[in-house]
Amino acid sequence: MAYVPSADAHAHHEPQSFVTKYIWSQDHKVIAIQYSLTAIAVGIVALVLSGLMRVQLGMPETDLVDASAYYQFMTMHGMIMVVYLLTALFLGGFGNYLIPLMLGARDMVFPYVNMLSYWFYLLSVLVLMASFFVPGGPTGAGWTLYPPQAITGGTPGAGWGILTMLLSLAIFIVAATMGGLNYVTTVLQARARGMTLMRMPLTVWGIFIASIMALLAFPALLVAAIMMFLDATLGTSFFMPAIIAMGRELPHEGGSPLLFQHLFWFFGHPEVYIVALPAFGLVSDIISTHARKNIFGYHMMVWAIVIIGVLSFFVWAHHMYVSGMNLAFGFFFAISTLVIAVPTAIKVYNWILTLWQADIHLTVPMLFAMGFLVTFVVGGLTGLFLGNVVVDIPLADTYFVVAHFHMVMGVAPILVVFGAIYHWFPKITGRMMNDTLGQLHFWITFLGTYIIFFPMHYLGVMGMPRRYYAYEDYEFIPQSAHDLNAFITYAALVVGLAQLLFLYNMFWSAFYGRPSGGNPWRATGLEWQTPDTPPKHGNWGEKLPVVHRWPYDYNVPGVEQDFIPQNEPRPHSGTAEGEHHKAEEGRS
Amino acid sequence: MSFWVDRSHPERGTIEPTRTGDRWPGPPERPKLAMRGLLILLLPLTSMFGLLISAYVMRRHMGDWQPLPLPWQVWLSTVLLVLSSAGFEWARRAAAAGWVDDVRRGLLVAGLLALAFLGSQLWAWQQLQLAGLAVATNPASSFFTLMTGLHAVHLVAGLAAWFRTRAVLAGEAEPATVQSMVQLCAWYWHFLLAVWLVLFGVLLFLA
Repeated sequence: MAYVPSADAHAHHEPQSFVTKYIWSQDHKVIAIQYSLTAIAVGIVALVLSGLMRVQLGMPETDLVDASAYYQFMTMHGMIMVVYLLTALFLGGFGNYLIPLMLGARDMVFPYVNMLSYWFYLLSVLVLMASFFVPGGPTGAGWTLYPPQAITGGTPGAGWGILTMLLSLAIFIVAATMGGLNYVTTVLQARARGMTLMRMPLTVWGIFIASIMALLAFPALLVAAIMMFLDATLGTSFFMPAIIAMGRELPHEGGSPLLFQHLFWFFGHPEVYIVALPAFGLVSDIISTHARKNIFGYHMMVWAIVIIGVLSFFVWAHHMYVSGMNLAFGFFFAISTLVIAVPTAIKVYNWILTLWQADIHLTVPMLFAMGFLVTFVVGGLTGLFLGNVVVDIPLADTYFVVAHFHMVMGVAPILVVFGAIYHWFPKITGRMMNDTLGQLHFWITFLGTYIIFFPMHYLGVMGMPRRYYAYEDYEFIPQSAHDLNAFITYAALVVGLAQLLFLYNMFWSAFYGRPSGGNPWRATGLEWQTPDTPPKHGNWGEKLPVVHRWPYDYNVPGVEQDFIPQNEPRPHSGTAEGEHHKAEEGRS
Repeated sequence: MSFWVDRSHPERGTIEPTRTGDRWPGPPERPKLAMRGLLILLLPLTSMFGLLISAYVMRRHMGDWQPLPLPWQVWLSTVLLVLSSAGFEWARRAAAAGWVDDVRRGLLVAGLLALAFLGSQLWAWQQLQLAGLAVATNPASSFFTLMTGLHAVHLVAGLAAWFRTRAVLAGEAEPATVQSMVQLCAWYWHFLLAVWLVLFGVLLFLA
């Protein structure tokens, strides 16, 4: 293995006290774990909220949840899952942990800013949770927070609830900006010798592009949040039209609710890919490792990530076909939506071709990765329906949409989150997670989510509208739909409870799991070649690694071992390249 | 085994699709990193002000829009900010040349001018208030307050960095550290000046 002695080995002093080591830590690995545990904790809150909503929909006679609470739960569930769980976990959790390790760096380039990023994130979560306890409760405006209803009396949480939500989002955006700044600068500046951009694992590519997108897209939400905050508190009319609410004329006139929708979705659609691109990256590395084969079309995969990143800024208005927007826009956005499916499809084909004739090991991470593939294809295909204006108009605001986005950006990324945790857990803790519990968790979650969301497509095509708290007194909704709703609820409760298996497995294995050694999956990436597992502060001990190859040298012809780590030098044959590397070794 | 693997060059010892050159710039250096970090920070800031301007342009086409008579103080603000930015440029060049006294003077002048800029902004807001144009009076005055306010918040954040640079300069600091900090301040100020000029242009020509 190749390493260079590093002058800064002693610059990273190991923190001594408990507080500097685990609480005010500037170590990217500790920050990653802090981010992940916070995100998972708040995700459990959102999961419980979805269970309560399902009970209301499936068994309305229980009267567990009233109309206001239903809207509040729905709003909080959506916002937490999209922003505070998935975004934070992929960028703050996996990004923090994996970027420096995969690139052969000692830490993020701005460790102090990185620490601040976590504490701002925690603050945003606390403010969000506080909204459960403010007068009027949390906002019930729907996760899109559309004005005028978001800040107009009659909507649950239209006073304190929406203000705490907007404040929490603003704090989150500050946190995400500090994080994104770190991830992007680290990728550009702190790569180990030999780690060219085109030798980075696809995980890093996904997180890198997603971070750039977050830096560009989150300001749209910030601007919208500030403007809505002013509309609600100072009585400005950025978004608020002249309106009479509950018989009273409000002090607004002329504002444009559509303007908010444009700003929101200019953030909101890239947000889908801010979640999806890291998932694409992680899943590529998991598939390649457990299929013992190089990723098919590495360059295409990289460029597809970049192109998706760019195009995702030109599709936002496909969320607004029925908003009263000019229909000529609809034509443009339908086209751009279909175009973005091309690089996405390239990625799916490349994953399938990676699996083709591969030495597939059906480990738990691999099961989750393949579960992702299937789910992403199903969710993506319904996206083609909804991307077309004429098909979208009858399907808009029905359960078809609920099924689509839960499949494509709910279940699919969460399957990757699970797969990635099972995959990188041995590096983080030095122990393996329990395989039997993992298998059980996978099958219940994978099949269960199909049982939950697949029937929703039918409910949607039948015309069942989303965001209704009860469906009892509508003639067009037959008894069979109610039965299906009850069935979905039973499945949802089982799947929700099954997540306890995962939590138990994770915490139990962290302390009592089978010791894993440094590289249990026999993987090529730099993160598996650290001198210690879990890696110590500074990651690499005395010497920084030197990279000699790409991260996908699995089953190289003529080589006995079925994987070659990235820091393994090339054979010194008579070729010019061999000579070049020999010269490099001599110099370092 | 991969069916498309290039078997014609087994001596390469890899199935990597391309050969990449080794252009390693070395381990990251602090001043360079900080500069890159600042430039990347300007991305979200540009995005934010850009989106604010697009929102302004969209909102302007609604029926209730009334043009805002810009108070004359914004012209004063513009002059003050240009001078403040020039002061930072003076300090930056002095730091590069190693003239510590000039750095001190340049920073002091630039900072005071920036404070004067903030004062002139407050004056402009007060002037609008007196003319009966409060934040919520009409959308143009709302946008004026929001745009100038967000810009001012970023200038105040910059003043925190300015304050810290002066503190470092007062103590025993390495010339390279001082040079890097002054350079960061100067670039940030030039950026804020550019943002101000664009915002000013929008408020002036797209009233």
